[in-house]
Amino acid sequence: MSREHGKGMSLIVKTVTRLTVGLILLYGIYIVLHGHLSPGGGFAGGVIIALSFIHLMLAYGKEIALKKLSKPILSLFESIGAITFLSIALLGFSGGYFFLNFISKGKPFKLFSAGIIPFCNIAICLKVGAGLFAIFVVLVLLKFDAENKE
Amino acid sequence: MTPTSHIIPLFVAVSLAGAFLISLTAKKLKWLPDIMGSLTTLILLVLSIVAVYMTNKQGTFVYNAGNWKLPSGISLVLDPLTSFMLVTINLIAFLTAVYSVNYMERFTSKWKFYTLFLLMLAGMNGVVITGDMFNLFVFLEIAAVASYALVAFGTEKHELEAAFKYAVMGTVGSLFILIGIVFLYSYTSTLNMADMAQILLQKPKANLTLIVSVLFLMGFGLKAAMVPFHAWLPDAHPSAPAPISAMLSGVLIKSLGIYTLCRIFYNVLGINSSLSSILMFLGTLSMIIGGLLAIGQWDFKRLLAYSSISQVGYIILGIGLGTPLGIAAALFHLFNHSVFKSLLFLNSGALEYATGTRDLREMGGLTQKMPVTGTTNFIASMSIAGIPPLNGFWSKLLIIIAAVQANRYGYALCAVLISILTLAMYIKVLKFAFLGRLKEKWNKVKEIPRFMSLAMVILAFICIIGGILLIPNISNIFLKPASDILMGGKNYASIILEGIQ
Repeated sequence: MSREHGKGMSLIVKTVTRLTVGLILLYGIYIVLHGHLSPGGGFAGGVIIALSFIHLMLAYGKEIALKKLSKPILSLFESIGAITFLSIALLGFSGGYFFLNFISKGKPFKLFSAGIIPFCNIAICLKVGAGLFAIFVVLVLLKFDAENKE
Repeated sequence: MTPTSHIIPLFVAVSLAGAFLISLTAKKLKWLPDIMGSLTTLILLVLSIVAVYMTNKQGTFVYNAGNWKLPSGISLVLDPLTSFMLVTINLIAFLTAVYSVNYMERFTSKWKFYTLFLLMLAGMNGVVITGDMFNLFVFLEIAAVASYALVAFGTEKHELEAAFKYAVMGTVGSLFILIGIVFLYSYTSTLNMADMAQILLQKPKANLTLIVSVLFLMGFGLKAAMVPFHAWLPDAHPSAPAPISAMLSGVLIKSLGIYTLCRIFYNVLGINSSLSSILMFLGTLSMIIGGLLAIGQWDFKRLLAYSSISQVGYIILGIGLGTPLGIAAALFHLFNHSVFKSLLFLNSGALEYATGTRDLREMGGLTQKMPVTGTTNFIASMSIAGIPPLNGFWSKLLIIIAAVQANRYGYALCAVLISILTLAMYIKVLKFAFLGRLKEKWNKVKEIPRFMSLAMVILAFICIIGGILLIPNISNIFLKPASDILMGGKNYASIILEGIQ
């Protein structure tokens, strides 16, 4: 067994995680992109995306998960999500109102419809996903710090 | 809708943009947070002065976010009371941001401070400017959550403890507010405040408004630190870094607590005599208990925190009186208290910056070494104690006159007595910290850096000239329209709904 497999949970958990984590991530992306058509949206999808990384961290240990998505990148994603959301709202001024849905709405129930709402969902997803995972990472790191001191 | 009303959403958008830009770029550009913090708050201050000009010219503005018509969309409302609060909030925010440039050198990761600071500011501006009940709750939570994190900013043991206590109690308060909003929504089927007021007016009197009033009194009373709900404040305010203490005591408890309380009770639910009796009683209780607890404190910031409770009591008393003079006096005292209490907290920060302690018994004679801090502290102390001709004197005098005019002699007497008590506690501060003999260990103490002094001197100057707000010409622009909005009561609804159609 390689060093990498020395950490985290048992082989069964790791194998199941390896098979499912991609699907969870994909499902999260699906929820985000169909947020304006079906139940869900940026927040729910962002949580699911964050959960897929948390899943990885639980099964394989924090090093592997943080290699995929490190702390600086997380904070970058979070800020970009917030800035994007605000920019979309401010772009509404181009049509005369704050938060105006200034893109053509398209046909209902088509993927490319509803104007700015899918973009808002993506921005929210970045913010929520990165934020939730960052909170989890910070809690884990704090715990490790406390253990190291003892 | 006029083109000028486009500045209304900017009060939230500019502060949020400042916060997120700082968090995005601060790791690369170390110099950015200081400039962004001061610049953003300066822009907001200028915008709020423009807002006063606008409301003075044309009355109330209503802005429909995303062009969704009332009552379904979220509306932002700019009326004289809002612009009055905006000037108060952004003035204090700008000066504390200037002060923080030097003060926050003592802490690591300054950019986190500025991000949270601007988020809190966005929340407060949002609470003041929104015309939607649930939107108000969301902004209230933004400001509250940012302030929980800011109280814990030093991450020492007692700071974390205070922040935890504050977070738990603040969340309970928010829960009461949320339950109140849920009840109102279920009863009126709308969340827009103007629409809600109109529907409540048409429906027969129900016990529900009584329950909701009590829930709001507990929730917003907790945010405003009225006496039965004040326990979090003496821990939370001293634990935060000094600029944040100044923001919390200066404007947070007012925008989240007092402003919301007035707005909802006067303009949405409609005030009645029993409610105003409760407000007057709780205000006087806060006044007395806060004052009595403050005078025994030796920790400078803790003394200031208890004194905040006492001064909030004056404001609540004035609001509860419900007479035009009472409300105008309360709003005037609100403005004055934000100025001198934030100045006093900045003074305490300056003392801590220079000497490293907050214990009054260890200080002494520091005016010799720190003339700017000593002088500004003297002005602020005299102002809060109500010595003429400083601004605190006029507002307290008006509150007392209003109480006498309303035949509430007992409350007026309490206000006079507590004013004397306030004088005693601030003379104690002056005697132990600034006057007397300089202790030997403070021989090497230096005056504080330039930006900190600048902020304090400007605030002290406002304390001195604050009385001019009462001159009829100026009062008619700033103070009187704001109190007229509250006195107008449920006219608020018709003004806003007519503005739309």
